[in-house]
Amino acid sequence: MEITASQIIFYILSAIIVGCSIMSVVSRKILRAATYLLFVLIATAGFYVLLNYHFLAAIQISVYVGGILVLFVFSIFLTSQVGEKMPQVKLSRRIAGLIVSLGGAALTLFVLLTQNYPYAAKVSESEIDMYAIGQSLMGTERFQYLLPFEAISVLLLACIITGILVARKK
Amino acid sequence: MEPYILIALFILIIPIFSFLLLGLLGSKMSHKTAGLIGTTGLFIVALLSYITAFHYFFSFGKVGETYEKFSASFQWLHLTDHLHIDLGVLLDPISSMMLVVISTVSLMVHIYSLGYMHGEKGFQRYYAFLSLFSFSMLGLVLAPNIFQMYIFWELVGVSSYLLIGFYYTKPSAVAASKKAFIVTRFADLGFLVGILILSYFTKTFDFNELTNVHGSIFHSHITTTFMGFSVFSWATLLIFMGGAGKSAMLPLHIWLPDAMEGPTPVSALIHAATMVVAGVYLVARLFPFYYFMTPHVLTVIAYIGAATSLFAAVVACTQTDIKRVLAFSTISQIAYMMVALGVSRYGADGEAGLGFMASMFHLFTHAFFKALLFLGAGAVIHAVHSNDMSDMGGLRKYLPITHITFLIACLSIAGIPPFSGFFSKDEILVAAFHKDIVLFACQYLVAGLTAFYMFRLYYNIFWGKENHYHHTPEEAGLNMTGPLMFLALLTVVTGFIPFARFVTSDGLKMETEMVWIVAIPSVLVGVLGIVIATIMYKKPTTISDKVATSMGGLYKAASHKFYFDELYMFVTKKIIFGLISGSIAWFDRHVVDGFMNFQAYWSNGLSSKIKGLQSGRLQQYAWVFAASVFVIAALVIF
Amino acid sequence: MSIPMEFYLVVSTIMFFTGVYGFITRHNMLAILMSLELILNAVNVNFVVFNRFLFPGQMEGMFFSIFSIGVAAAETAVAIAIIINVFRNMKKIDTSEVKNMKY
Repeated sequence: MEITASQIIFYILSAIIVGCSIMSVVSRKILRAATYLLFVLIATAGFYVLLNYHFLAAIQISVYVGGILVLFVFSIFLTSQVGEKMPQVKLSRRIAGLIVSLGGAALTLFVLLTQNYPYAAKVSESEIDMYAIGQSLMGTERFQYLLPFEAISVLLLACIITGILVARKK
Repeated sequence: MEPYILIALFILIIPIFSFLLLGLLGSKMSHKTAGLIGTTGLFIVALLSYITAFHYFFSFGKVGETYEKFSASFQWLHLTDHLHIDLGVLLDPISSMMLVVISTVSLMVHIYSLGYMHGEKGFQRYYAFLSLFSFSMLGLVLAPNIFQMYIFWELVGVSSYLLIGFYYTKPSAVAASKKAFIVTRFADLGFLVGILILSYFTKTFDFNELTNVHGSIFHSHITTTFMGFSVFSWATLLIFMGGAGKSAMLPLHIWLPDAMEGPTPVSALIHAATMVVAGVYLVARLFPFYYFMTPHVLTVIAYIGAATSLFAAVVACTQTDIKRVLAFSTISQIAYMMVALGVSRYGADGEAGLGFMASMFHLFTHAFFKALLFLGAGAVIHAVHSNDMSDMGGLRKYLPITHITFLIACLSIAGIPPFSGFFSKDEILVAAFHKDIVLFACQYLVAGLTAFYMFRLYYNIFWGKENHYHHTPEEAGLNMTGPLMFLALLTVVTGFIPFARFVTSDGLKMETEMVWIVAIPSVLVGVLGIVIATIMYKKPTTISDKVATSMGGLYKAASHKFYFDELYMFVTKKIIFGLISGSIAWFDRHVVDGFMNFQAYWSNGLSSKIKGLQSGRLQQYAWVFAASVFVIAALVIF
Repeated sequence: MSIPMEFYLVVSTIMFFTGVYGFITRHNMLAILMSLELILNAVNVNFVVFNRFLFPGQMEGMFFSIFSIGVAAAETAVAIAIIINVFRNMKKIDTSEVKNMKY
């Protein structure tokens, strides 16, 4: 079987995602954990590109990496001594976490791999048209999403206000 | 008649008004104003009482040949169709007589206190309490039904408590006031139960109905019994228990000697002349009922009275505190009245109702000469600042007026003619003589003892060895000697009142005559007592000590009041508090509380366990949630 | 598209359960929040993958992901505001130490 470039890229991204997400949850330095998370998010954006969702990848980068993660880093700077190691987690707790996550993963993977998927007859390779995305977001027809879009914008507004209210000094 | 009911109402209103005035505004008044208000109020009350009594006995009271009962009342509490509690006033021979006694003695005490309590802290309070007491006592005698009487009865107890504990910084006074209150309250429990039984079966509280010998109650045949006695016997016995508590009959007498901790004028008013005769008054009030319905209870009363009078007379011979001698003397004399009631019969035919009349007569005369004795003792205490006989002696030179008046009172109580005590005591002895020779002998002995201990007291105060006083005792001012002289005058003259014409058990006039066979020996025994006392105590001799040692155990027991206080302490402290209450308290603390504590402990533990589920640890929740989801998913899949 | 769909799903599953592990074991509130981001991210990947492989002509999965990202951003912002507030009041953001309202 011939190995294509996209396959290579996929494996690299997968390795980054798996490795960095594990490192992100076990690292005892919080800033490093954030950095590993950054790699995971970027690699996920790579997945989206690989799947030809370029718009989504752009959002992923701009919102997650550019917004949320920066927020994380700022709050880390605000709340803890950078470079300070978090205390070692108790063994019993780690075992409990491992049981649940490994058990859940095993179950899910079992189901995942034993399932037969009704693949679409023809998998579209093409990139989604930006125009179509815009139409869908701004329309009120079937399969158009103006209402959720507006709901999200209201939610975001609420979050801005809440964030200001909660975090501001009395 | 109607205006006299109104006057009687005013007799009640004035003292309560004066009490409220002095009680609420007293602290803003000077001592002089407060004393003046109290005394003026009582003066008006006394005047009104005299007017009422005078008109009762000489004009409106007599209907035909009989002194009738006049009452006016309004319904206060409606209990059932038959049973309702009224408030009102009742005028009849004994209540009119009591009005005179109470208002006279109270007025004398008010005047006397102006001098005796001069400059004391709480002077206004003292006068407020005196007014309260006068109000309650007058209300007690004017009560037209037994329930109102009970209300005032308790008020009297409260004001007695307040006045005994007047020196509330002195622990012994506080203890004495508590003792008086608890003992009389315990007796009043019997009184209340008696009232309830009586009213349940007779369907009335009203004295008019309860004592109407022609009424339906006396012809009904209620045969309900309880433990072998008729319910009426129980009722009257329990009511007598209340009377015995107030009148300090054996074995409820223990509070009266201690009550002498109060100011001396208070002792004169409450614990000699008025409140302590409330028990006698109560029995007299219900006398027809006692006589016709439960005659055997009267016999019990007579024997309790005889035992008490003998006991108290013996104890009085050994006491050294002059007020305690007088207290035991009071117990003894009140018991005398009880004996007279106990031996009396109903009616005015011959000597039949003599006991009742004699009892009331003795109450009347005793009130004056005993108040005189107490006030005289107060004057002595005022002069030498001590209660103890050994601090006195030879005072006749310093206190001439007190000396003479005290002597008159002593002669009167010893039964020497022509003083009032002779007449009333003689009637009692005659009544006992006709009824029961044992009681008569007992009372005869008590008469001798009375003469002895009163003159022992007299000689110890006014004769005997000369004491060296730090400062020469002086006669007090006119506001103290005035009442003494007035009371002495009353002591001399009241014996000549033809009492039997006015106060009899059925309201009819009765004739009395000297029974020489009783009168002469009674005078002789009185004289004998006086002579013995003269030999032993007039000059400082050792005879009395020799006699005391030769009596041995009897003297020791008597000087310890026959160990009644110790017995009560043993019963209450050791048996009730120690054994019964202690074990009950242990049971309560360990078993009852223990069971509850165990439940609380158990549910507390369980709650902590359950609380652990609501730990607030979000990650724990998440773990449980995730694990459950996966387990359920696994179950669904496989 | 030579890569089978399962491959993506396996990766997202691993990411998801790593997030779960982190969520359960971490003490630091910010670290917990990061684990949460991992979980959300894994879900987003799933949406997109299902959309691409099973319903290629439609865009529901993608839009779900877009909205999900928006909601995640909002949620993170509020959560961080709360955490900073907690830190300001108690000087710590460790879940085992912040226990004023806990059993």
